[in-house]
Amino acid sequence: MDFSYTETQDMLRDTLARFLADTYDFETRKMMLARPEGRDPGVWRALATELGILGAPFAEEHGGLGGGALENMIMMEELGKVIAIEPYLQTVVIGGGAMKHAKHHGGGAMADAVIPAIISGEAVIAFAYAEPQGRYDLANLRTTAKADGAGYVLNGQKAVVYAAPWATHLLVTARIGGSQREREGVALFLIDAKSPGVVRRDYPTVDGFQASEIYFENVAIPGDALIAGGIDLVEQLVDEATVAMCGEACGIARKLHEGTLDYTKQRKQFGVPIGKFQVLQHRMADIFIEVEQIASMALMGTLKLDLPANGRKAAVSLAKAKVSRSIRFVGQNAIQTHGGIGITQELAIGHYFKRATMIENQFGSADFHLDRFEQLTLDA
Amino acid sequence: MHLDFSPEDLAFQREVRAFIAENYPETLRGKQDEGDELTKEDFLSWHRVLARKGWVAPAWPVEYGGTGWTATQKYIWSEETASADCIRLMPFGLSMVGPVIYTFGTPEQKARFLPGILSGGDWWCQGYSEPGSGSDLASLRTKAVLEGDEYVVNGQKTWTTMAQHADWGFFLVRTNPDAKQQEGISFLLIDMKSPGITVRPIITLGGEHEVNEVWLEDVRVPVNQRIFEENKGWTCAKFLLAHERTGIAGVAASKRGIEKVKTIARAEMDGDKPLIANPFFRRKIAELEMDLTALEYTELRSLAGESAGKGPGPESSLLKIKGSEIQQRLTELSLEAVGHYGAPYFRGFGEGDNEHPIGPDYAHRAAPTYFNTRKTTIYGGSNEIQRNIIAKMVLGL
Repeated sequence: MDFSYTETQDMLRDTLARFLADTYDFETRKMMLARPEGRDPGVWRALATELGILGAPFAEEHGGLGGGALENMIMMEELGKVIAIEPYLQTVVIGGGAMKHAKHHGGGAMADAVIPAIISGEAVIAFAYAEPQGRYDLANLRTTAKADGAGYVLNGQKAVVYAAPWATHLLVTARIGGSQREREGVALFLIDAKSPGVVRRDYPTVDGFQASEIYFENVAIPGDALIAGGIDLVEQLVDEATVAMCGEACGIARKLHEGTLDYTKQRKQFGVPIGKFQVLQHRMADIFIEVEQIASMALMGTLKLDLPANGRKAAVSLAKAKVSRSIRFVGQNAIQTHGGIGITQELAIGHYFKRATMIENQFGSADFHLDRFEQLTLDA
Repeated sequence: MHLDFSPEDLAFQREVRAFIAENYPETLRGKQDEGDELTKEDFLSWHRVLARKGWVAPAWPVEYGGTGWTATQKYIWSEETASADCIRLMPFGLSMVGPVIYTFGTPEQKARFLPGILSGGDWWCQGYSEPGSGSDLASLRTKAVLEGDEYVVNGQKTWTTMAQHADWGFFLVRTNPDAKQQEGISFLLIDMKSPGITVRPIITLGGEHEVNEVWLEDVRVPVNQRIFEENKGWTCAKFLLAHERTGIAGVAASKRGIEKVKTIARAEMDGDKPLIANPFFRRKIAELEMDLTALEYTELRSLAGESAGKGPGPESSLLKIKGSEIQQRLTELSLEAVGHYGAPYFRGFGEGDNEHPIGPDYAHRAAPTYFNTRKTTIYGGSNEIQRNIIAKMVLGL
């Protein structure tokens, strides 16, 4: 058992933190959001080429830095601190995770092509897994992939696909068999985002991202787009994404706390800084406690990703349930403590709150994850 | 960073398990299973076994009798002792005054007092709170006046846990009434058999006799029983409180507690299904497990910081707050789970008393334990005081 970061991990964190401090202040971020594409692609290029850190969780044989889930957590935490609008979660954590799996399960050629493209910043991958009727059930799929000669034909709709407007590739779940909610018959494909028949309706999200509803209309895809692994793989990828996002939540929570603490020291009412009032001191202590628990759960989930599936799922669900609850507490109390100014667009705090609020339910609400935890540990 | 145990750690785990299986006192096990109140001898029986093995004070530096275990070994130790349902050792000597003595004491004081703490030969109690000084501990009024080479101590202490068994007590006393509150306090070790000491029981809600009032009337204490400098006792007190707060998280014991609640909830029926299938009850179990996991990893992160040279700081208040809340929620769930049979009052088995108590065994102490455990958010600095500490010391408010 060891709870210390390596020097390389510390360096990764410092490098990214310094870069983001220089390039991602609140005003600059606002300008990025105002651009027609809703981001500045130069930032992603810089992460890939100037910093060379998109390879953090990949093996050295692919030009990566030899890290894994911890590196993803570190990156996500730092990106969270500036509420970065960058497709790291979708491209590197999820897309990259799928490619690392493919590499050892018959998709060597695909992995050898795509991983270097992720690391160089050329590939942006969006994860089209959710469907309007499916809520958080990953197997609840109406999208079908029907075998057709050597390939498949995709039909169906995917909901709220973050980063899809920027994507070169789509990672898509679809049924190759089974009925709508069966685990059997779920398959995962990596396809060209520009494939004929992929129809997108793009929109901004409330937390500053760009996303799409995607309609597959008889999209012909090659047979080697299939990534072996089925629902088990999809669950694993979503678990990995969930804890990485808990890392992002940790970065966001730290900034919500920091910003609110500063505010209680500066804002004067009744002739004194409001932080002199015990009722707010205790609230700030409670926020501090929740932030530390978010950090603990992000780490716990990350360290348990390697457990056998049921242990992994139980750990990830506990982590996400706690993070969902705690980030809501931290966000709501940050706004309340700021008073009226907290509910305007003017301060960064409100924008952190908006991303924090979307994190609550992304990849499953607290209720969903407590349910999953109960089924795994109490039904036996 | 990883959670794996090395082959050496796994061997250590096996050694610990075997040791507990072979050496845990059988009488003690029996009384615990019956839910009987434990005597001084019961507490000491396990203490002595560990003292003989050299495992009684894992947290101490090796030079004073510690085990020299790594952080992982200490973690394994607390996990294993909790999952085997071993009683927790009395903290007053081992976790409280011991560290104060080896940190602030003279070589003579260390030689005189540490061996008795380790062996269990000396039972210690803590003379901190007074009737007028609870959360505002530094307002304490028990005074000590130096006459020659002895202090003459007068005053009253309260909530003194297990003072009825104690050989020695460590006391905060006022030695300079004119200085600012914190600066006029000294830390004295007092022989509980000294003339002028009276110990009176206080019976708590569960019917237990754990705490006492201690009256001191012209009690003479040799000056060589003062730890650290005169009027610098607050330094020792703060050090001790920070130490006390980390152990207070009680993670391993609460893990064991959750397993006990699950056992009850599997045995109790709710309609045609066990209680554990009730969606409302199982959600409470899951939430408790969630919060306990968050506490566990917060403690592990804090311990990692400690071994990197940062002592237990004011952030240990966090561990106290969450740990105590979880202990209380556990007792709430147990009491809720036993239903009707929370009500019968079980006095414990007296001499010659062999009538079987009412209701299932796991129900006997559910209510008394629930009542008793209200103390956890009050003692060791109430949870409100802990939030003050975080606000001032961590957040700079």
